[in-house]
Amino acid sequence: MDEIKSGLTEVVCDILVIGGGTAGPMAAYKAKRHSPEARVVLLEKANVKRSGAIAMGMDGLNNAVVPGYATPEQYTKEITIANDGICDQAPVYKYASRCFEIIQELDGFGIKFQKNENGDFDVKKVHHLGSYVLPMPNGDTVKKALYRQLRREKVLISNRYMATRLLTGRDGQIAGAIAVNTRSAEFLVLRAKTVILCAGAAGRLGLPQSGYLWGTYENATNSGDGYAMAYHAGAALANLECYQINPLIKDYNGPACAYVAGPFGAYTTNSEGNRFIECDYWSGQMMQEFYNELQSGKGPVFLKLNHLHSDTIGKIEAVLHQVERPSRGRFHENRGTNYRERMIEMHISEIGFCSGHSASGVYVDEFARTTVPGLYAAGDMASVPHNYMLGAFTNGAVAGEHAAEVAANIDLADYDAADVVREQQRVLAATRREDGIPPNQLEYKARRFVNDYLQPPKVTAKMKLGQARFAEIREDMESAMVVRDAHELMRSLEAASILDCAEMAAFASLFRTESRWGLYHHRVEYPEKNDDDWFCHSILRKRGGRMTAEKRPVAPYIVPIDESERSAYDRQRIRQHA
Amino acid sequence: MPIAHTPTAVPVVVDEAKCIADKGCTVCVDVCPLDVLRISDLTGKAYMKYDECWYCMPCETDCPTGAVTVNIPYLLR
Repeated sequence: MDEIKSGLTEVVCDILVIGGGTAGPMAAYKAKRHSPEARVVLLEKANVKRSGAIAMGMDGLNNAVVPGYATPEQYTKEITIANDGICDQAPVYKYASRCFEIIQELDGFGIKFQKNENGDFDVKKVHHLGSYVLPMPNGDTVKKALYRQLRREKVLISNRYMATRLLTGRDGQIAGAIAVNTRSAEFLVLRAKTVILCAGAAGRLGLPQSGYLWGTYENATNSGDGYAMAYHAGAALANLECYQINPLIKDYNGPACAYVAGPFGAYTTNSEGNRFIECDYWSGQMMQEFYNELQSGKGPVFLKLNHLHSDTIGKIEAVLHQVERPSRGRFHENRGTNYRERMIEMHISEIGFCSGHSASGVYVDEFARTTVPGLYAAGDMASVPHNYMLGAFTNGAVAGEHAAEVAANIDLADYDAADVVREQQRVLAATRREDGIPPNQLEYKARRFVNDYLQPPKVTAKMKLGQARFAEIREDMESAMVVRDAHELMRSLEAASILDCAEMAAFASLFRTESRWGLYHHRVEYPEKNDDDWFCHSILRKRGGRMTAEKRPVAPYIVPIDESERSAYDRQRIRQHA
Repeated sequence: MPIAHTPTAVPVVVDEAKCIADKGCTVCVDVCPLDVLRISDLTGKAYMKYDECWYCMPCETDCPTGAVTVNIPYLLR
């Protein structure tokens, strides 16, 4: 295993799904249900059984719109406000209208959702305004349940293949993708009528404070490959300056997790044990207050549970130490942190792109269509804001159905064989050198500069220095990177995606000359929100081989927001008692 | 530029007495999202070849004999 072999195979399918985490399996499943005769290929860099953000399951739904608790209108309004108004509501409304049907479908797959003594869904309040959090008592079984459905529907699963570039036809229509085997370096050209990108967040962008490249908040496999592929195919990417930054357990770098512990009575405090934020929901405005408190004499920040009854804490532990990031319990044990006795030290995460939590993603409409004909995107990498796991499932379903419908009525586009040759040369260049710089050093350096120059508070001169450093690393990558086996080859391609994302993060952040989304885009020289000039999406795309940015108007709201409601998320700080 | 080998203590530990990779089992290698585990040609047992661990635990959870333990990587312990 891992030896570099030569090989190129062409595969023809109708619908190609890239990424087998959360959105991808649902997209593939729905495409196959829509068109049972179609060939649906699900391509995954790891193994669909245990890949992506929910490799070990999930503790609950963070954004369930359950009849009786919330309406699609309320949810759309809340997310519009939470995202500082920069929100095309149609995809959010579509999500909110369909997600309950998806919950019922997941329930049918054997994934259980918590019910109260009356048999109703036991929805909790964590957001600033409405109630949308629904615990999943057997959330550790999510991936198994999905996998069973994929097998039943005969979706063609290709594990350990990493897509490296999308292929387009002469008229710009999607034609497929090129992939490389992560254990043999053999190439696969996948021709497809429609392609759905579900490659997750760009979670390996900033360097965690621990200095461990793999100690990221997001699954460390999520190196932003989808963002990079969409960019190189000419797709529009939206609001990349609206970074993902999360409040996490310091060093462990996983969620604390206020969404689980909050409804039981836990909350975020400063070192004096006092609350300082009204609401633990992860918004940019909340993160700004979190950052302010960390920097103040009252930091660090903690999650406080030690006022709760021991049995209550036992219930919280039973969730937190079983699903999503189960090694959390081991981390606390090493440090001698018992939730009953001590508060849990928190910190802020490295930066990343992720619409699942913020709004930085490949631009999509309410049918999950990108701006490239035949190319779709869903999940953490698509631009529907604050999307979370249920958004990935629901928008994955939307993408799968639409892509199958379109594929049924079109022919395969022809790709240019020269594109494949060029891509093989790009991918393999580092394998042809005898010595040089290994991918892990290039990655470390790029990510350290992301921290040094791109982390908020954002400063123009620093971001420009960052761009200069990234250009130097790019040159090293292209002229001196050395790769010795197929595993390192995967890492080298990921490092290239990371560098692409770092350049996009700097470019998008420099473009928007205002501050918005709290900490996510806090520009020191432009400290105010400027609705006159910047109430718009920023759209980044590759044109003529160069990175460009432009403004795009926010689509007219379908759910109106009163002037008085717009600032609800700006009021995060607990007011001082007189 | 010659390449050096810098030692690191790896977080994933395999109990070789319990590991049945020599009987053909590859479960931990198959499920690892970061693909860091391999079967040793020398011992026939699973081991962590690449120190690139997200301490996520599928290898430990899915191991049929309980041979795998995921520790927290030292840098963040």
